[in-house]
Amino acid sequence: MSEITLSAAPPRPSITDNLKFYGLWIAATLVLAVLPKIFFSGTSLSTFSLIGISIIFSLSYNILLGQTGMLSFGHAVYYGLGGFLAIHAINIIGFHKWPVPLPLIPLIGGVAGLVFAMLLGWVSTKRSGTAFAMISLGVAELVASSALILRTFFGGEAGVSANRTKLLRLFGLSFGPQLQIYYLIAAWTLICMIAMYALTRTPLGRMCNAVRDNPERVQFVGYDPHIIRYMAFCFAGFFAGIAGALSAINFEIANSAYLGAVQSGTVLFATYIGGIGFFIGPVVGAIFVTLLSLGLSDLTTVWQLYFGLFFIAVIAFAPGGITGLFMMHRPLIRTGQLGRVLPSYLIALVPTLAMIIGLMLAIETTVHYTVNPDEDPHIKPFGIPFDAASPVTWILSAVLVIGGFLIARRTWTRVGQAWDEASNASREKALAA
Amino acid sequence: MSNAIEIRDVQKTFGATRVIRDLNLKVAQGERHALIGPNGAGKSTTFNLISGYMVPTSGAILLRDKVISGLPPYQINRRGLSRSFQVTNVFTNMTVWENLRCAVLWATGHRYAFWKNIDRLPEVRERTVQILEDIHLTSRRDVPAGLLTYAEQRALEIGITVAGGADVILLDEPTAGMSNSETERAVSLIRRLTEGRTLLIVEHDMSVVFGLADQISVLVYGHIIASGTPDQIRNDPKVKEAYLGEEAA
Repeated sequence: MSEITLSAAPPRPSITDNLKFYGLWIAATLVLAVLPKIFFSGTSLSTFSLIGISIIFSLSYNILLGQTGMLSFGHAVYYGLGGFLAIHAINIIGFHKWPVPLPLIPLIGGVAGLVFAMLLGWVSTKRSGTAFAMISLGVAELVASSALILRTFFGGEAGVSANRTKLLRLFGLSFGPQLQIYYLIAAWTLICMIAMYALTRTPLGRMCNAVRDNPERVQFVGYDPHIIRYMAFCFAGFFAGIAGALSAINFEIANSAYLGAVQSGTVLFATYIGGIGFFIGPVVGAIFVTLLSLGLSDLTTVWQLYFGLFFIAVIAFAPGGITGLFMMHRPLIRTGQLGRVLPSYLIALVPTLAMIIGLMLAIETTVHYTVNPDEDPHIKPFGIPFDAASPVTWILSAVLVIGGFLIARRTWTRVGQAWDEASNASREKALAA
Repeated sequence: MSNAIEIRDVQKTFGATRVIRDLNLKVAQGERHALIGPNGAGKSTTFNLISGYMVPTSGAILLRDKVISGLPPYQINRRGLSRSFQVTNVFTNMTVWENLRCAVLWATGHRYAFWKNIDRLPEVRERTVQILEDIHLTSRRDVPAGLLTYAEQRALEIGITVAGGADVILLDEPTAGMSNSETERAVSLIRRLTEGRTLLIVEHDMSVVFGLADQISVLVYGHIIASGTPDQIRNDPKVKEAYLGEEAA
């Protein structure tokens, strides 16, 4: 019996598996530790800080979307409330000189997120799907509008600010310099990532996946899907609260934008682009979207438009997100079949890029004429100068879009064929092995 | 002998349609009981009523002499009644292993635990292995349920149903759509897995019904018209007229 048992159960992780697993976390820790030594400018440090906050926030969002199958349009509520509570906590603790150091403040934000999730989540988690999405939107509107009404707590338009350096100092750390804030955020990012990863490997975490796949059947194996969704919601609120508090510490301010629809949209965006099907997906998405939004906003005034187009493209063509695309290629890499698809990718890249460039020309020209028609038509989006008034530009853009599309369509078919061949070959190799 | 399931004067109406009329049924402890009847007779509705998926319009359903009608499905499941579905109803994106493990978690007392590593729960592991071997899917352990063959999905469906250790099992057309050899294998699987438990089964394949059941009840238009041993049912004139006659003709 025991021998059969051993062969039928999934093998316990071997020493190499364990080394790989813990090695990954240790490597992540080391990377976070040495990052500021390599990129030490103020801009890089604040970018890293934003990325860390976004990683926690996106991972917390994926507890809902990816793990439990709940589409929320109002996750920023718990992020924002965590931020506000943290700001008030800093002010109150600083005023009374209570012995609470700054590194513990995110916990207050987390508890705030948790408490509000417990209060607001019970009704909305009764149903999943459309009903949950609608209620989350309603709650988000409710909280966002009260942020402008309850001025004593939310500080109206201006928000509430605080001085993070006024708290009890540990080891002489004032948390004034951005470097210290970076390390604070990095430490919390690591703690939250480990905690959220561990959560996926508990009975609750696995039942969340079951509820995502088939809430009906869950009831017939003894579980109440409402309780599972509610608990997932509370955990998501807790970690969102931590992210919000870190953001409040980072900026020394909390305002109504923290709770708003844009914030809720951005986290959905980052999580989805990264890939909701994998734990690492939201991390990738958070890094990518933060860098992209910081980078694009310097290059063009309508960066949000490009964001939207990119989002649509991901949903339509790569529903697994960036991580999903990588994971798709893993069996090909393992069986050495990647070479079969790469040439077709490179061929497809040329007309596709042409099409995208044509589209960008068209967008920038249109923006010039609709937003500032009286200004000089020699514009310079993405650092590339061209004349928005010249018919050559218009014709070029039309040729690139239409021509690019027509040629690209054919190359995409080739990519599909190459992909099928490669994955068939890879499957055969895997079977033969 | 005490009854595992007792249905007392149950009615179920959808709008103006009475789907179940004055339904009375007793399934004794340890019995293999088949529920047969023509299409649309209300067999699946009866299962839905017993398992808590639907609430009877009137009447009562008892599990081991305790009223369960009106309770949600998970409460009924926790009291030791588990059902399968006519249309395969598994966790499609999860592997066979994870499917079965989800089905043993509540029964092993881990409930909503978020402080335990699921891979380090020996009793969960052992029971999952046991069921995995019972349904002969060991070689398919790491395959997502959605990628299994139809017969394998049906086996998994039964595996999930019995995994929690419920002692009253309801199977809704477990062999529907299977080939003869697959049906044979499924029947021996059911026989083995329901050993010592109470089984109520809805089935269209008469060879399965007469081969498996100790007792048979015939449901026509939401009403039991006959109940008895396979021999009694085979020779019942009312049954012949209402149901078996059609097949013989």
